[in-house]
Amino acid sequence: MTVLEGFRVALEALRANRLRSLLTMLGVIIGVAAVVLLVGIGGGAKQEVTSQVEGLGSNLVIVVPGKFELGSAPTVSRLQLDDVDAIARVVGDPNAVTASVTSGEVARNGTREMFTSMVGVTETMTTVFDRPVARGQAISATDVDTRRRVAVLGSEAAEELFGDVDPIGRQLTLAGVRLRVIGVYAERGSAFGVSRDGEIHVPVTTAHRILGTERVDALVVKAPSSDRVEELRPKLEQALVDRYPGEEFSAVTQSQILGTIGKILGLLTLVLAAIAAISLLVGGVGVSNIMLVSVRERTREIGLRKALGARQRDVLLQFLIEAVMLTAVGGIIGITIGVGGSLLIDTFSPVPAVITWWSPAMAFAVSAGVGVFFGVAPARRAARLDPVVALRTD
Amino acid sequence: MIEAVDLERTYKLGDSDVGALRGVSLSVAAGDYVAITGPSGSGKSTLMHVLGALDRPTAGLVRIDGRDVNTLSDGDLAELRNATIGFVFQSFALLARTSAVDNVAMPLLYRGMRKSARRKLAVEALEKVGLAHRLDHRPNQLSGGEQQRVAIARALVGDPKVVFADEPTGNLDTRNGEEVMKLLGALNADAGVAIVLVTHEPDIAAHASRQIQIRDGRIAFDSAAGRDPAAA
Repeated sequence: MTVLEGFRVALEALRANRLRSLLTMLGVIIGVAAVVLLVGIGGGAKQEVTSQVEGLGSNLVIVVPGKFELGSAPTVSRLQLDDVDAIARVVGDPNAVTASVTSGEVARNGTREMFTSMVGVTETMTTVFDRPVARGQAISATDVDTRRRVAVLGSEAAEELFGDVDPIGRQLTLAGVRLRVIGVYAERGSAFGVSRDGEIHVPVTTAHRILGTERVDALVVKAPSSDRVEELRPKLEQALVDRYPGEEFSAVTQSQILGTIGKILGLLTLVLAAIAAISLLVGGVGVSNIMLVSVRERTREIGLRKALGARQRDVLLQFLIEAVMLTAVGGIIGITIGVGGSLLIDTFSPVPAVITWWSPAMAFAVSAGVGVFFGVAPARRAARLDPVVALRTD
Repeated sequence: MIEAVDLERTYKLGDSDVGALRGVSLSVAAGDYVAITGPSGSGKSTLMHVLGALDRPTAGLVRIDGRDVNTLSDGDLAELRNATIGFVFQSFALLARTSAVDNVAMPLLYRGMRKSARRKLAVEALEKVGLAHRLDHRPNQLSGGEQQRVAIARALVGDPKVVFADEPTGNLDTRNGEEVMKLLGALNADAGVAIVLVTHEPDIAAHASRQIQIRDGRIAFDSAAGRDPAAA
């Protein structure tokens, strides 16, 4: 019997038990679909991170207190505004360093109100982050020095608090303090679902007074060029350690931050895919179980085939092909569902999903492999049946 | 055609060995029509299995078509059955999910024959048993007599030298039983195929030209030998 004939015979047997074959396949279908879908979503998230990294200016260095790595506890910042000058001396350009302090606050204009991030910034923020104002003015050195109660709105915040009215020169209440709007930023778009356009910026000194603190959450340095970033990082860290002996600081690039997010996403994808793989395994056990039942039920058929001249390998092949067909067809259906689901999610939800060529290919190979692995035991049992005993069975 | 010398076949039953065959010697020549009779439990089915290369003797020698069964592997035995032997069973043993013609063609599958060639031979075999109009019927769409005729077609499709028929009329009424016996008789007379018929019904056994009686795992009577070993 050739393999092709084996497929024909197996198909015939599976079609004779349609419902059972379908239910058996279901385990594999769910497992494969889950693997493909989760890998697709995980891959999509990772790809978005990668494209974000590529889209960023790679010459920004962010200096934060504590160690920057997975699993380290967040550290309370001891950085202060004076540190900006110290860092500026290391960089050699006071316009290339900025500091910020961020706090979640409620902003109000009459009856309109929104929850927003109040960010205290220095006047160098616009140059470091390359974030121009669309209308009005940015926060100036004088605003910072004299703790002026002024605010520059993100485009979304402006829209939400003032609607169609031009907010320049108008008042708003932020964290209970009245501020005058002096500018609106150009629209920036969102990264990872976090919109920077909803922020409201105030002079860092004003923010300090409102929050009753002197702290700075982070310092951001714009390196003169991206190839000088690496040489700058240890210098920045050292400069701060000199000022705060015994403390740790990390100078990280945006790509490092995104790389870490990518790592987390990769790990998450792996864990989810592993869970999905377990369900694929369970599907394989189901196939094995049904094949054992099938061999038991068809003992007479096996005896008959052997009496008529089927060799052990013919019977082995027949039952192995049945098992592989169950898992392979289940795998193809599962891949179709997984790929289709990924496309739907990618199109109709904010979650990105990417179909790589390898995940369906691997899912198919694994499900066919599961068929072979879990089909061998029942098929061997069938192949070794004694024809006389098998024929006598009812 | 088939030669058996001092056949013994014992089965393990718990700790003790039960002898189903205890020294059987006989030969079936080409074109013979042999009926093996005996009460149930006498060993006639076991004898059929051993002579039909479905089973191996515990001791003794079986030569089928010149080949010593003891020297053949399981795979060789399967090929030997496929090439030389046809089987007809009491319960018809048809595959319920496939058509008459596919059932008949099944032995040819294991001969590596192409599908079109298999079908051609299977159709011819079904024509011989008068079922040309039932090619694509499933077994459950056929009467018992028709099913057994399909089984006979399957036994003869591979052009065997010997056909073993185990109680072929056991599940049929008299009229259908006669029909089946007529087909077997024609197979023997016209095609020269040796027939080994296992039955406990004297009427059915009477169709054969040679009678062998088995009792307690031994040959009690063989009309070809012309003697009764029990009396000797």
